Amino acid sequence: MQIFLPIADIPVNIFVVFAMGLAVGFISGMFGVGGGFLMTPLLIFIGVQPAVAVASVTTHVAASSFSGAIAYWRRKALDVTLALTLLAGGVVGSVGGVALFTWLRALDQLDLMIGLSYVTMLGIVGALMVGESARAIVRTHFGGPAIMRRPGSHAWFLGLPLKLRFKRSKIYASAIPVLGIGFLIGFIGAIMGVGGGFLLVPMLIYLLRVPTATVIGTSMVVIFLTMVSATILHAATNHLVDAVLALILMVGGVIGAQFGAHAAQRIRGEWLRLMLGLLVLAVGLRFAFELVLRPQDLYSIRVIGSVP
Amino acid sequence: MRRALAAALPLAGLLAGAGPAAAAERLIAALSEHRVLITSSYTGVQLMLFGSVERDAGSQLRKGPYDIVATVTGPHETLRARSKSRVLGIWMNTQARTFVDVPAYLAVLATAPLDVITSAENQRHLQVGLTHTPLPELIHNDVGVVANDPFQGELIRLMRERGLYSQEPHAVTFLTPTLFRAAIKLPADVPTGHYRVDVKLFAEGNLLARTDSTFDIVKVGFEQFVVNAAHQYGLLYGIATALMALLTGWIASVTFRRD
Repeated sequence: MQIFLPIADIPVNIFVVFAMGLAVGFISGMFGVGGGFLMTPLLIFIGVQPAVAVASVTTHVAASSFSGAIAYWRRKALDVTLALTLLAGGVVGSVGGVALFTWLRALDQLDLMIGLSYVTMLGIVGALMVGESARAIVRTHFGGPAIMRRPGSHAWFLGLPLKLRFKRSKIYASAIPVLGIGFLIGFIGAIMGVGGGFLLVPMLIYLLRVPTATVIGTSMVVIFLTMVSATILHAATNHLVDAVLALILMVGGVIGAQFGAHAAQRIRGEWLRLMLGLLVLAVGLRFAFELVLRPQDLYSIRVIGSVP
Repeated sequence: MRRALAAALPLAGLLAGAGPAAAAERLIAALSEHRVLITSSYTGVQLMLFGSVERDAGSQLRKGPYDIVATVTGPHETLRARSKSRVLGIWMNTQARTFVDVPAYLAVLATAPLDVITSAENQRHLQVGLTHTPLPELIHNDVGVVANDPFQGELIRLMRERGLYSQEPHAVTFLTPTLFRAAIKLPADVPTGHYRVDVKLFAEGNLLARTDSTFDIVKVGFEQFVVNAAHQYGLLYGIATALMALLTGWIASVTFRRD
């Protein structure tokens, strides 16, 4: 059944888009990520303009992370103070990201920037995840000693001024690195159309030493609120959010996520991380090929204004 | 008398033929629809153009067949054409041109190849055919047609690939010696707005008569509502979309609650 998307201005098969929502939702539920890094490329692949894809996926991620955040809220597995501090940085980052997005679009370099961000971010994160999980698998299978972190070994930036106590996470650290991480996530999210969960979770664990009990819930809250602000900013400045597209995606996404979460309970953590790492790497590589290989068509056109 | 003059002076005959009062033939054209509605199930549509050549005593003497060129011009828009080249191993947009006020849709439908219908000079003069349509560019705050810019050809090629520009030499068919018909194909991503159909009648290489008709493509109902909301009330639209996301997320968490 074909449906006409009002903002993307193209007809799409509603079942194809719904199935994409289900599939990405399944993966996001399985790994506890928003899935924006998969959804945006898929939408571009079916013919949605990159700019509309990025803007509409922010709405989709807002919905899926909200349902996740509610689940963690019920279990009280989140740190509100930490989330709010990250957010203060995140909102500023979103404003900066949307501004850069608008500027790059005028310079005809938006698609390049989206491609480059995907290659760098997914390449780095994917490689780190694959390396880390492979080591963990080798350790568990061949009985090597687990590397224990010394308690109390704090990075220098946690000792900067403006110290705050994050009670539930049991950390006492400067607000500056927390705001900085929030800013980075908001900024990258607005440009790439991703929630940034795949970046935020490792940063909270390795840089801020947030305990695993609160890390996913906190990151869900941060992602959901940054994505809500990015949706509103994209809609207000670039008029690119396709509400119809977003609705089909999010309905598929939240259903798929439930099945994904069930599937994840039957797989060991390090294997799950290895699979996610490989997936992230594969998507990054695909973008890399696109940048490096000679494009089929060197010319492209874009409508920049219509005369009524 | 006029016919002898027209044969001797092609340009004069052309101009005389263009004026409806002086024409020996009259051209009548009608469209199957004057309002095309884009709804949620819209995947492109086909309009029919019908026309008839009304002859008078003078035109009965004409030996050769008639030819029709129908030009469908959509709303105008500003387009940016970019070209990629390799910079540090990466393909990126390095050159761009801004085309101002170019048709967002352009279809040239004819009974035969344009070169068979009329001379190259007439085509240029009458702006008949894709390659003779002026595509003005923005050059340092000035707008003008740049001669021999490769971007013009590329623009036409890309628009043709998207089905928005077309030139079909056999799209118009004569059902009887004076009654003709053509299908105007409007693809799925056709822009909304006002469309003009200009129909020209040729015989023996000369323009004899012309007429025009118009139609509108409009988004209706929900589609129109969404587009208006997104463009005119961006902030409110954003907030409403965000609330929709929250509602969906909340419904999901309630529906699938496991504890």
